[in-house]
Amino acid sequence: MKNNYTLEVKNLQVWYEDQQVLKQISVKIPKGKITALIGASGSGKSTFLRSLNRILETNPVVKIDGLVKIGGQKIYEPTTDLIELRRKVGMVFQSPTPFPKSIYENVAFGLKVAGVKPNQSKKPWWQIFEQKRTANEIENSEDFMDKVVVNSLKEAALWKEVKDRLHTSALKLSGGQQQRLCIARAIAVQPEILLLDEPCSALDPISTKKIEELLLKLSDKYTIVIVTHNLHQAKRISDHIGFFHLGEMIEFGESQYIFEKPEQKLTKEYVGGHFG
Amino acid sequence: MKNSFKYITYLTLSLLLIVVILLFEQGGSVLSWQFLSKNWSHVDILKGGIYPAIIGTLWLGLGVMLISFPVGFLSGLYLTEYMNHGRLKRFLILVIRNLAGIPSVVYGMFGLALFVRFFGFGSSLLSAILTLSVMTLPWVITASIEALEALPKSWREASLALGATKWQTLLNVIIPAAIPTSLTGGIVANARAMGETAPIIVVGATFYLSKLPDSLDDKFMALPYHVFILATQHSSQHAGAYAAATALVLITISFGMSAIGMSLRYYLRKKLEG
Ligand SMILES: Nc1ncnc2c1ncn2[C@@H]1O[C@H](COP(=O)(O)OP(=O)(O)O)[C@@H](O)[C@H]1O
Ligand SMILES: [Mg+2]
Repeated sequence: MKNNYTLEVKNLQVWYEDQQVLKQISVKIPKGKITALIGASGSGKSTFLRSLNRILETNPVVKIDGLVKIGGQKIYEPTTDLIELRRKVGMVFQSPTPFPKSIYENVAFGLKVAGVKPNQSKKPWWQIFEQKRTANEIENSEDFMDKVVVNSLKEAALWKEVKDRLHTSALKLSGGQQQRLCIARAIAVQPEILLLDEPCSALDPISTKKIEELLLKLSDKYTIVIVTHNLHQAKRISDHIGFFHLGEMIEFGESQYIFEKPEQKLTKEYVGGHFG
Repeated sequence: MKNSFKYITYLTLSLLLIVVILLFEQGGSVLSWQFLSKNWSHVDILKGGIYPAIIGTLWLGLGVMLISFPVGFLSGLYLTEYMNHGRLKRFLILVIRNLAGIPSVVYGMFGLALFVRFFGFGSSLLSAILTLSVMTLPWVITASIEALEALPKSWREASLALGATKWQTLLNVIIPAAIPTSLTGGIVANARAMGETAPIIVVGATFYLSKLPDSLDDKFMALPYHVFILATQHSSQHAGAYAAATALVLITISFGMSAIGMSLRYYLRKKLEG
């Protein structure tokens, strides 16, 4: 039973300076499912999400209190290895964040900083000006980094679109492609959990649909927590929903129940479109 | 309003052009391969050239670039990436901005006290390089801070979220992206350093040397000082022409350096954007 929850949060509270923005959040997020976090803007969804990989504390004015357990491990212990935690818990941001590097380098980034040596470094230095490797060579390569890059791009349903321009800048991709690239980049480090903060809010409906399909596919392998302000999206893809209101998690439950017979009046009003 | 800006721009550019034309008129006749490649001949200046001064100025430019760009960029990096926002940081940045406005001769006196005397480097190429490096640091630091602060915050977060350390984030994402813009500051600063006269007189430039500097401890000749002496203190009737021609060479070198810097920046940016 215990194993069915990847993520356990107990009495989580967060302040920016003296303003409390999360109040006593307690929730258990099921493994291998898609959990959507909904709620009006400013209700604390992003703050909550960002507390799960401890990226929140890069902001020096933040104060955090409470318990967060991932895979049974308390992540706010002083002994926590932040690097390891962030590899285990991937994150995709609201607007796409490709680095000003090639598509290949973007996907390989997490591996590179983890110390995996790129294929190129095995070449003698005088060959750096040689022809860039083709999609075919990379796809059939036995090199670990190549394999991960190719697989991640395939998993993110992007391989076909970018295989012939792996060495061009990621900044040249469309917004939707950039966001899928960021997903590929996140799964390249083989995380267990994927956090997404309104990943489609800057995208057109077609790109949004592609990402939704992708997330449904990925949910076999990863626990996904996605913030969305789009109720239709939450309905379409999520198994569970957490509803935030003014820093509190008002209700958490299976999506169907949240939409059809929520226990709380506020939830009912929100999913009924009365505010937000 | 827009038009008057336009005219002001044209006016400035034509002034620059007029300066070059006048220099050419005065000094064009003495420009020759001998002028560029021969050692300075003190008695009959027509027999020699300004080769040692060219070399001195190039050494100076190279030295300043090698010191002031890395030191300035790393200082900017420290100020933006490691220092907490607060009064101390604002104060330091204010001080740095103001240092950029101090007259260069004051830097010369500073160099004289610190490098020539205190560290005992004497009147030398090394003292001059260090003095001009200190003088140009404020520009390089300011340009670097602006370049670093212009980068999206999301890159830093995205990199950390992928399990990179802060240092890896800087090394792999932030520094490569900030260097092209910071280089602009470095180039402008370097061009100015190569044209400076006052500080280098104080710390080691001389008008006449029979040989090239062959170590950093040697005194050296430099183009701007050479122009100054020729234009104001030399008795030869050709001194005026020589001064103008030397100034032309100085302008050319300084434009050339800028051009190299710009192409480097362009190349790095292209590489970044793919
Ligand atoms: N960096 C910050 N500094 C101060 N207050 C912040 C910061 N980020 C968010 N807040 C505040 O915290 C509250 C929750 O914000 P957020 O978590 O972004 O909500 P949501 O993602 O649901 O829109 C809001 O009141 C917001 O104004
Ligand atoms: Mg948000």
